[in-house]
Amino acid sequence: MNLSRPARITLRVAAVLGFAVIYVPLFLVLINSLNPDRSSGWPPPGITFHWWADAWGSAGARHALVTSLKAGVGATAAALVLGTLIAFAIQRFKFFGREALSFVVVLPIALPGIVTGVALNTAFRTVLEPFGVGLGLFTVVVGHATFCVVVVYNNVIARLRRMPGSYEEAAMDLGANTFRAFVDITFPLVRSALVAGGLLAFALSFDEIIVTTFTAGPDTQTLPIWIFSNMARPQQAPVVNVVAAVLVLLSVIPIYLAQRLSSDTASGSRI
Amino acid sequence: MTKTEPAAGSVRRLAGTLHRRPRLQLSLLLSAPLTWLVLAYLGSLAALFMSAFWTTDTFTSNVVKVWSGDNFKTLVTAEVYREVALRSVGVALAVTVICAVIAFPIAFFTARIAAPRWRPLLVVAILTPLWASYLVKAYAWRIILAEGGLLEWMLSPLGLDGPGYGLTATILVLTYLWLPYMILPIHTGLEQIPENLLDASSDLGARTGRTFRSVVLPVLLPSIAAGSVFTFSLSLGDYISVQIVGGKTQLIGNLIYSNITLDLPLAAALGTVPVVIIVFYLLAVRRTGALSSL
Repeated sequence: MNLSRPARITLRVAAVLGFAVIYVPLFLVLINSLNPDRSSGWPPPGITFHWWADAWGSAGARHALVTSLKAGVGATAAALVLGTLIAFAIQRFKFFGREALSFVVVLPIALPGIVTGVALNTAFRTVLEPFGVGLGLFTVVVGHATFCVVVVYNNVIARLRRMPGSYEEAAMDLGANTFRAFVDITFPLVRSALVAGGLLAFALSFDEIIVTTFTAGPDTQTLPIWIFSNMARPQQAPVVNVVAAVLVLLSVIPIYLAQRLSSDTASGSRI
Repeated sequence: MTKTEPAAGSVRRLAGTLHRRPRLQLSLLLSAPLTWLVLAYLGSLAALFMSAFWTTDTFTSNVVKVWSGDNFKTLVTAEVYREVALRSVGVALAVTVICAVIAFPIAFFTARIAAPRWRPLLVVAILTPLWASYLVKAYAWRIILAEGGLLEWMLSPLGLDGPGYGLTATILVLTYLWLPYMILPIHTGLEQIPENLLDASSDLGARTGRTFRSVVLPVLLPSIAAGSVFTFSLSLGDYISVQIVGGKTQLIGNLIYSNITLDLPLAAALGTVPVVIIVFYLLAVRRTGALSSL
């Protein structure tokens, strides 16, 4: 489009401003972790690394981090298995309810988290509690896996659609059985899609707060739950600032990994 | 012959059986996911919405399993619920419109004005904030909007006041949180418009404004619709950001949350409101063909 010079300049300025607004809060979080002022006032009166030392020693934050990692690994593992199974079933077979199933997979992430959370909470309490299974890490993993399935499914089915079935047929013509063909041909071809889906699933689980609130029970604190419950406490504010800064810094890892993966995985977007 | 021979034989037999019976393969593939998604997830959703038709004993807060439409009657007649439901839809719509308006110039720059070699990097720059924690971003805005925070420091020399915590702050933060979901599809949409389509428009005498209205906007509509699915439904269900920066503002999510322990049937009935709205929204958006590009 032949835009006039002023129009181009206006758009350029608007874009620069837009990116500035997107990034200012993230940088602010980093700066604030060094702010000596307990109430995070602006401008910071100086720089201190005191809070980082405090945060390092905070048992609550560490414990929450470990819980979050466990929940993330568990949910990712479950989502990888379930999402891959559904993707293969939908891509390779025709069956009654195929369309409906592909819609149900998306539902847990499309509906508000609070609805999913309350539904699972009620179900867990009525079904699991009679068996002596209370709300805890296990129920968090189940809840997270429910909405993580969709990202694995999306990645794997996108790959399967682009993968000609003739590769597997060729392997079988050469004498490989179903399992051998899967291990030698299909799996290597979908591996990077699985990595991308797993990465997204882990990030979703690690960040989730609403479903977690309803499935965690009083003794299980994931990192988001810990941050949320300590956010309003002036005493804990500096440690929360440091934890927030660490999370911003850590988000570089999945971005780097997502860039390393091949471009046809949906690793770029979070859905 | 080695000892593994019988094992290998049975594996091959199993593989053969599976190969000859695709239905068996399919049921093996589907049994675990169906148990999880249909039985556990859809089952608990159905149970929740069933309970919306039950009532609560006002003294004991116990659920009374007698079929009645009272909760829905309360929902429609009580002033509070109507007001909060309308406010929530209003917030979700406002966030969607503001996101679209802000996203367009950014996406236009990244997709068509920036030098092509910078474009992949700019896409990464759009995506990066999505990987940062939701809670951390909302918390950052809590600090920015606080008394003595960054915004006040920036605005006070101009003689202006910040919005403080409240409805405006809620809309602001939700817009910030979901903006990348809007920029990305618009960027992709703009990138895919062929240059000669725009050239043809100007050859036929259309100026920039006309080309924008008659060519760019219609082509972009599915992209905007796709982005709006995220901005709208994520805003409608949110109750955390409201708690962080909303002050006393209540949205439908807060009402559901505050009723859960005391009156689960009413909470369930309230929960149907966003679900029904989102389902209708998805159906409307599907007509633009946007869902297939998600």
